Amino acid sequence: MNDNIDALIAALPDLRSGVFITLQLTVGGVVLAFVIAIVLGLAARSPRWPARVPARVLIEFFRGTSLLVQLFWFFYVMPLFGIQLDALLCGVLALGLNYGAYAAEVVRGSINSVPKGQWEAATALSLSPARKLRKIIWPQAWAIMIPSLANLAVMLLKGTAVAYIILMHDLTWETDQLRQDTGNTFFAYGVGMIIYFLISYAMVLGANALERHAKRRLGQGPPKGGLFSVRITDKATTDPKPAANAGSGGAGVA
Amino acid sequence: MDWWSWDRAIEVLPELLVAFVKVTLVATVIGSAIAAVLGLIIAIVRRTAPAFIAAPVHAIMEFIRMTPIVIQLLFVFYTFTSVDGMTLGVIVLGVHYASYMAEVYRSGIDAVPKGQWEAAKALSMSPARTWRKVVIPQALRTTLPALGTWVISMLKDTPYLTVIFVVDMVRQAENYGSRTFVYTESITMAGLIFLAASYPISVLLRRMEKRLATY
Repeated sequence: MNDNIDALIAALPDLRSGVFITLQLTVGGVVLAFVIAIVLGLAARSPRWPARVPARVLIEFFRGTSLLVQLFWFFYVMPLFGIQLDALLCGVLALGLNYGAYAAEVVRGSINSVPKGQWEAATALSLSPARKLRKIIWPQAWAIMIPSLANLAVMLLKGTAVAYIILMHDLTWETDQLRQDTGNTFFAYGVGMIIYFLISYAMVLGANALERHAKRRLGQGPPKGGLFSVRITDKATTDPKPAANAGSGGAGVA
Repeated sequence: MDWWSWDRAIEVLPELLVAFVKVTLVATVIGSAIAAVLGLIIAIVRRTAPAFIAAPVHAIMEFIRMTPIVIQLLFVFYTFTSVDGMTLGVIVLGVHYASYMAEVYRSGIDAVPKGQWEAAKALSMSPARTWRKVVIPQALRTTLPALGTWVISMLKDTPYLTVIFVVDMVRQAENYGSRTFVYTESITMAGLIFLAASYPISVLLRRMEKRLATY
């Protein structure tokens, strides 16, 4: 056991750089996915077909083909067109597009589940469409979509482990190095999995805080379950309402 | 320079389809069977077992759900070196997705109206009979579409088996690429096969969700 601890201490700098790569992939992927989700999610519920149809095709395409296929596409196929992408950028693009497509459905569904009276009231006050969306609809939809988006963010973090397949030195890679150093699979992978778990857990706690903040702004009470509850919803359900209700708190739609 | 050759796309198709059936489809079918059964058992244990059993089960599920499937595959692969990769891969997929499906079952069970439990009790049905004949049939009805979406998700996670040296469709596509130095057709075709397999099922599930919605 002492040998393991010694090996772990010796491997700490490597593990730290592995965590750093994993975090870079996660943050880059989440930011890209969020932008894509808003653009595609809004376009997919547009009444005009030149906006709606391409958005739907992109969403179905990136949801329907596997993450690894998309990663290999950026990694192996793009260079054939003369576009040589850095491995990290390949990872961020694949993760962002794949999870962004899932998140677009969450955005679309959450906006649709804002009660109809809110839309009508905003129209009655003759707010411009942009103002209506920004000031009335989005804050309410945002509170509904946070739990589902947080789940997707955790799934994206777990998806970053595919970087190991294109030989990036991420946390999974460094965990396997530790296994080779110690010869102790249980110890090395235990360390690696605990680090992944802690990052996931931190993300869930952050999302819970965000949700409480978003609900307070709407004058709604804090969700049941409190700070340390872990909520899971279904990433593929198109309508986030039943999925949100599946969690411990759920999104109370007034 | 020609950037897409239909000849190559058709040439690579048979070997991709063989890998799709032999690995992707087999792993998805057996994996989802394991996940569906294990998930239901976990959901029932978490509701009926005493806290000293239910709490650790919950903690383990949470841990499995919040760590990557790739690292779980590698962990199991290097721990059980004598078992072949495909068997281990199917079990890991099944257990990983059981942790998701358990949550789906849980919400389905919670959605069964309280009156149903009380009516079963009033008819002096045993707890086992109440679960089997009253609660589970109703819970399944509402959970089926959500379970289906997890099956599609598993289908698209099967390429991760490549980390434990199972040659799935995507690895097959990559192998073709490294043989011929052209990746465009093989990897694109692999993606299109995934799309062709998953899109019709997701449309079907959406329709099913609308039809089965009762409450």
